[in-house]
Amino acid sequence: MHYTPDFSVVWNNWPVLLRGLWVTLEIWLPSIAMGLIGGFLIAQARLSQRRLVSGISLVYVELFRDTPVLIQLIWFYYAFPILVGIQLSPFAAAMLGLTLNTSAYASEIFRGGIRSIHRGQMEGALAIGMSRAQAMRRVILPQVIKRMLPAFTNRTIEVAKMSSLASVISVHELMYQGRLLSSTYYRPFELLTAVAFIYLVLIYPGTFLAGRLEKHLARSN
Amino acid sequence: MSQNPILEIKGLHKRFGDHHVLKGIDFSVEPGERVAIIGGSGSGKSTFLRCMNFMETLSEGEIWLDGQRIGQQVRGRMTYPEKQLCKVRERLGMVFQQFNLFPHMTVLQNVMEGLITVKGLSRQDARAIAVRELAKVGLGEKHDAWPGRLSGGQQQRVAIARALSMEPEVLLFDEPTSSLDPELVGEVLRVINQLAEEGRTMLLVTHELGFAYHFATRVIFLADGVFHEVGTPDEVLKNPQKPRTQEFLRRFGEFAF
Repeated sequence: MHYTPDFSVVWNNWPVLLRGLWVTLEIWLPSIAMGLIGGFLIAQARLSQRRLVSGISLVYVELFRDTPVLIQLIWFYYAFPILVGIQLSPFAAAMLGLTLNTSAYASEIFRGGIRSIHRGQMEGALAIGMSRAQAMRRVILPQVIKRMLPAFTNRTIEVAKMSSLASVISVHELMYQGRLLSSTYYRPFELLTAVAFIYLVLIYPGTFLAGRLEKHLARSN
Repeated sequence: MSQNPILEIKGLHKRFGDHHVLKGIDFSVEPGERVAIIGGSGSGKSTFLRCMNFMETLSEGEIWLDGQRIGQQVRGRMTYPEKQLCKVRERLGMVFQQFNLFPHMTVLQNVMEGLITVKGLSRQDARAIAVRELAKVGLGEKHDAWPGRLSGGQQQRVAIARALSMEPEVLLFDEPTSSLDPELVGEVLRVINQLAEEGRTMLLVTHELGFAYHFATRVIFLADGVFHEVGTPDEVLKNPQKPRTQEFLRRFGEFAF
């Protein structure tokens, strides 16, 4: 190997990478937040006594879990507009794909969590006069979230990484900018290493904080 | 006895699929009465109690609370609006076999929860009530403990304090000592006894026949989904008239009155 790395190409293009990082954040955080809300609602539907409701939500979950994310993103960009007659921007298609995908996974996490809480917890809450919604909010969900935190953390990290797939439909996020720069300057080693490092710096604090939060929540065990 | 029952049940049936658990029960409770419900396992005694506060839906029948029928007729069918059931459950406190404390809340928070969320009290007022009720069940020192760290007997006493805090008109106890180690049964029964002395209206499903004898003003032996024998503790527990009751008491062995 006679290659001499030259990281000045990274420093010189720092603003471009930062812009990419910003777009990554713009896809990542909202799709996680909306995915969690969607996941909670779909979990309610999955747990419904009505066969039709639980059936439809099951189909939804399986569709998103059993197909590659990459195809989902590309599908929402190229195929979905044909279906509805509205052309989505790459950003919107990526956001929609990731949000719906996250909803499907999060719903399974919620469903597992809600089912793992003993029936007596709901009864204990109802017996003091709470409505089902109050019981869910005050008694069931706090316990579900505590139990499900490791799974949610994993999912959040997965989505951060999956957001890089949006580069294939030309969303100008971090991965896209990294690839563009590396083919412009023929410095893939420096630029892609830098991109990987930025992902690490982005994701690691989340893992660390989630670990701390888990410990804090485990104090009642 | 007063003329107005606090709780009245008419023609109660409960089916789980093909399994007909309760087969037409009529029953009323006067204020201040203490009713012990006994019977073999699977006799439907817990189901009966759980129908009172709609932890189980009724297959047929009517429940009247303080002269008012629970539920609404909508196009010829009985419906039970959630708002109404919440009010009913607030008025009929329930203590469960498995305590059902909220593990993510401290002892004090467990007792305050209903006061804040259901009654809409301020934290300060809720706290004052919770402190008082916990002192009453002898757990004044355990405010900040997590339920998981308490003994079964202590957990059950917290559960009783939680039910009491809502100031229910009737207390329903569903085998409150059945999941406790024998040495912890006494502390829970003492608390229940103390409530009896206050003149509270209580329904108790239990296997503690000795306790039932001293506690109850009326004893019901439930078998095959019907009230097989009903009477004073002396009548049912000491001089049962029906062979089935006699057999049950014999199988349950010796107990000291």
